[in-house]
Amino acid sequence: MNHLVFFAVAVVAVVSALGLVLRRNPIHGALFLVVNLGCVAVLYLLLGAEFLALAQVIIYAGAIMVLFVFAIMVLIPGKEETGPDPLRSQRLLALPLGALLLFEIGLILSSSVFVAAPPSRAPAGPAAAGGIQSVGRLLLGDYLFPFEVTSVLLLAALVGVLALAKRKAG
Amino acid sequence: MVPEPYYTALSAILFTIGVVGVLVRRNPLVIFMSIELMLNAANLALVAFGHRAGTADAQVLVFFVMTVAAAEVAVGLAIIVAIFRLRRRLSVDELSIMRW
Repeated sequence: MNHLVFFAVAVVAVVSALGLVLRRNPIHGALFLVVNLGCVAVLYLLLGAEFLALAQVIIYAGAIMVLFVFAIMVLIPGKEETGPDPLRSQRLLALPLGALLLFEIGLILSSSVFVAAPPSRAPAGPAAAGGIQSVGRLLLGDYLFPFEVTSVLLLAALVGVLALAKRKAG
Repeated sequence: MVPEPYYTALSAILFTIGVVGVLVRRNPLVIFMSIELMLNAANLALVAFGHRAGTADAQVLVFFVMTVAAAEVAVGLAIIVAIFRLRRRLSVDELSIMRW
């Protein structure tokens, strides 16, 4: 059952990622990316990361993609990539380079570091068992300082966006 | 259970598609979305490795990555809007002012 769900979701994820890259209209790309993010959320659920699946849907598929769609609507692109491509020969290089990258990643993932390491599954104590509970304990325990720094980062991003978006007076 | 190498293989494929998208497309918004795709693929690999190790630390890390991605998207889109306001066109090939 798990295998069936995984392969179905994996196929949808790859197809939607290809749709993002291949479709010319950016709004179609944005919708394909939403599908892809939803697929990754399902994979998080399969991996037992319920909190991340919810955060993925709320933060990525909700907030971030709304921002993207909003920017696409405001900027009204769609005519940008219609003309002849001046750098076509360079762009054609992307496919062999991508294939090479995939080969290299596969080589790394199949190396001894990732394969030979025995699945040193920690004893299924209370820390490892509950998904959301253990994440919450870690977030407000061991990782409290990074958690607080994150809020400063978000504030800095807020101020930076305001400074960038403000029109110069006069 | 689905073995973790399946997840990492899928993550590698998604990451490569994102890289090809960044290299091929000319619209900065689509390039930006491809970068989001790559971030997601890395997150997926991280969660898979954390699942194999049996700890929730990876999930906390992924949560931080999501937060940074949200901040990054806000700032990046603001920069793109500012460039559009300045030039009235959106094509990364024309933005070569920083190149020497």
